[in-house]
Amino acid sequence: MHEMALMESVLDTVESSAEQAGALKVVKVSLSVGEMTEAIAEALEFAFEALTDGTIMEGAELAITYITPRSRCSACGNEFEHDRFHIICPRCGSVNTRLLAGRELYIDSIEVDMPDEDGA
Amino acid sequence: MQIDIAKPILDKNDRAAQRNRERLIEHGVFVVDLLASPGAGKTSTILATIEALRDTYRIAVIEGDIASTVDSEKIKEQDIPAVQVNTGGACHLESEMIRRALDALDLDELDLIIIENVGNLVCPTDFYLGEDLKVMILSVPEGDDKPLKYPGIFQVASAVILNKVDTMPVFDFNENAFREAVGQLNPTAPIFPIAATKGQGVQAWTEWLSAQVEARRAEAAE
Repeated sequence: MHEMALMESVLDTVESSAEQAGALKVVKVSLSVGEMTEAIAEALEFAFEALTDGTIMEGAELAITYITPRSRCSACGNEFEHDRFHIICPRCGSVNTRLLAGRELYIDSIEVDMPDEDGA
Repeated sequence: MQIDIAKPILDKNDRAAQRNRERLIEHGVFVVDLLASPGAGKTSTILATIEALRDTYRIAVIEGDIASTVDSEKIKEQDIPAVQVNTGGACHLESEMIRRALDALDLDELDLIIIENVGNLVCPTDFYLGEDLKVMILSVPEGDDKPLKYPGIFQVASAVILNKVDTMPVFDFNENAFREAVGQLNPTAPIFPIAATKGQGVQAWTEWLSAQVEARRAEAAE
């Protein structure tokens, strides 16, 4: 259950960014999570709810974009998507592949309510 | 209003890891982070590794546990410096804990630090601590299907130690199936079958580890 630690780290950053901007409330937090990490959606959501209680992030939406793993073969140059279990090049069978995507744990952006925002 | 953040979630941990890294490079200390489930034989493997390499390298151990000092005491009995890090319930080590452990060690008097991470096949995988490499230990009684259940840990490991191979006949462990699964997940990682408490197979593992230490030294000397 290291999602608690991950989410603490997310919320540290989100809270200070929102406060810096002078926001009243955080309404959405967008993350990118690679499928080759060990971060599980349900556990992230649970941690998010538990940790945002009573903060300016309470009730905000958590939007997680999952990133499909992708690698490039160093032998034949083939670029391919794959699951967690198969990173060998499907074209030439080489084991020398380099992961291009799939290990992300990333905070993309947040949406906040501002005081005196247009239309508010 | 949207605010772009574009930052790694573990930014703070990663930056602390980078500071650990720079410090270790400055002192020429190689660090291996050992990952395994509870009872896989992390401490026994460390003791066997110490015995094999103590005449070549000055070694210290950082022991990560949720509580207790049982493991670090076993290491200290070998006259090897050991620092216990109690995570107080956390399921993994973080870079700041390693920073404090490094503060407690005399880095000028060391060549190799072995980190025994908290027994867990999931959580430590996502945390970079500033180490040179992660190595994973699986023990035979855990079963040959573990790479299919915990792919992440087999992927971040630079090598896989298969411990307690002396129990293979009892547990019906299919070594070929295991090698096949690891080969799909992490085709460049060597697999070292050992029986740590009996010293079996330990030499191949420690020779490989020494080669990594020497390669890093040669890199640093360039």
